[in-house]
Amino acid sequence: MSNSTYTVIFYLFAALTVGSAAFVVLTRNVIYSAFSLLFTFFGVAALYVFLSADFLAVTQVVVYVGGILVLLLFGVMFTNSIMIPGQKSEVSNLFFGALLLLGVTGGMLYTFSASPGWKISGKTLQGSIVELVGFETMSHYALPFEMVSILLLAALIGAAFLARFDNKGNS
Amino acid sequence: MGNSLNAWSEALVGFHLLGLPLGLIILAAIPLVFIALYSLTYGVYGERKISAFMQDRLGPMEVGKWGILQTIADILKLIQKEDILPTSADRFLFVIGPGILFVGSFMAYAVLPFSPAFIGASLNVGLYYAIGIVAIEVVGILAAGWGSNNKWSLYGAVRSVAQIVSYEIPAALALLCGAMMAGTLDMQQINVLQSGSYGFAHFYLFHSPIAWLPFLIYFIASLAEVNRAPFDIPEAESELVAGYFTEYSGMKFAVIFLAEYGSMFMVSAIISVVFLGGWNSPLPNLGSLALNTWTNGPVWGAFWMIMKGFFFIFVQMWLRWTLPRLRVDQLMYLCWKVLTPFAFVSFVLTAIWEIYLP
Repeated sequence: MSNSTYTVIFYLFAALTVGSAAFVVLTRNVIYSAFSLLFTFFGVAALYVFLSADFLAVTQVVVYVGGILVLLLFGVMFTNSIMIPGQKSEVSNLFFGALLLLGVTGGMLYTFSASPGWKISGKTLQGSIVELVGFETMSHYALPFEMVSILLLAALIGAAFLARFDNKGNS
Repeated sequence: MGNSLNAWSEALVGFHLLGLPLGLIILAAIPLVFIALYSLTYGVYGERKISAFMQDRLGPMEVGKWGILQTIADILKLIQKEDILPTSADRFLFVIGPGILFVGSFMAYAVLPFSPAFIGASLNVGLYYAIGIVAIEVVGILAAGWGSNNKWSLYGAVRSVAQIVSYEIPAALALLCGAMMAGTLDMQQINVLQSGSYGFAHFYLFHSPIAWLPFLIYFIASLAEVNRAPFDIPEAESELVAGYFTEYSGMKFAVIFLAEYGSMFMVSAIISVVFLGGWNSPLPNLGSLALNTWTNGPVWGAFWMIMKGFFFIFVQMWLRWTLPRLRVDQLMYLCWKVLTPFAFVSFVLTAIWEIYLP
């Protein structure tokens, strides 16, 4: 692929990400903002691909679209008052929100202009990233990996305990 | 065009017209045309005929000889139909739902190796991508079910999503066994590792004494992931009218069915690649009768790949017309208390086999 093709595709995905993220915040309909998150997550995954982090990109789709977004949609759909027509989320804290937005945007722009260019690693990427990720997880980062799995196991057992039928019949 | 890996698709990617990367678009369009053609012929007509023969009927017989043109007539009817938007439906989600659904089922085709010389994108995370991208389909189902603003649709969508999300776990664990046997996630590479002069004996199904277990688990879980019977509770006709596509008609209905047939071939292709050698010929070399050498190559590869996929689609149809539908609690019981523990067992056994036995 030529460079210009890359650039065009990159800006398409960047626009998709930013546009849909803005829609998530700006729309007053909760369902729409939840569905709009699909495009945000997907655009971010595409941007990861442009950084040669394809494993991370697929993980982004699996975790955020397949897990978090579906959970979020379920949560929104099972909300009691969602069926009331004309239900809109309120706009509150306009002043502090604008202040926060200006502060964060200003800080990021300042950092962007003040930092002396991107640091480029001397090593070029060799071969498949998946294998490197696997080796590092199982050697360097074995302890954090195991800790995360224990945490997830505890969460799973907790969820199963909460969802379990009460045999005694009370409550 | 040489015989090296991905020769055709790479030649296509290099094709430019007026500075536009037209080859890339053609590359993406080939699987799309394939889905359309196969669901038109084998998908709709084949399923109707197969179901008819299984029930001792004749099936469509009126349009053309043996009813061959029946699907064309159906398509003409669907195109002419009025595009109905229910008044109380959420217009945006109702329209976009089938689109997201189809995109989700189509995206996995990017990593399906159709032939040694043709693959959309030879990613080094191909298998992982193929499992993960199904998530987009889930969002499409929810959009369709919610946008219809119909109780049956919403129930169907919620059932469907609960089912797909649950069955992803045994499916992914079973495919992980295949990935462990291969040592790579690159779909094309998994195929290459299964080629050899003994044909089917090199396939991962026969790689270890426990490989049939993940194969079976993935096949059962894939039936649930594409909402086929006996796991078709999301569209259970006797309970939910038609599930999440109750309100759809005309072309939108056609797109939903195209997505279903698309994902049917997708899971069939994944199971053929991981366990049955994908585009490798199953015929062995018998002395001077070099059946394997004769029946391998780019064109033969495409033939074997599509035939293996079609075989699994036939099994899916066969099961659909012979098995009764499961109840919701039976479905969840099967997933969490049967398939998932067995998937873990097969995972551990495959790992032991791979580490301690060559």
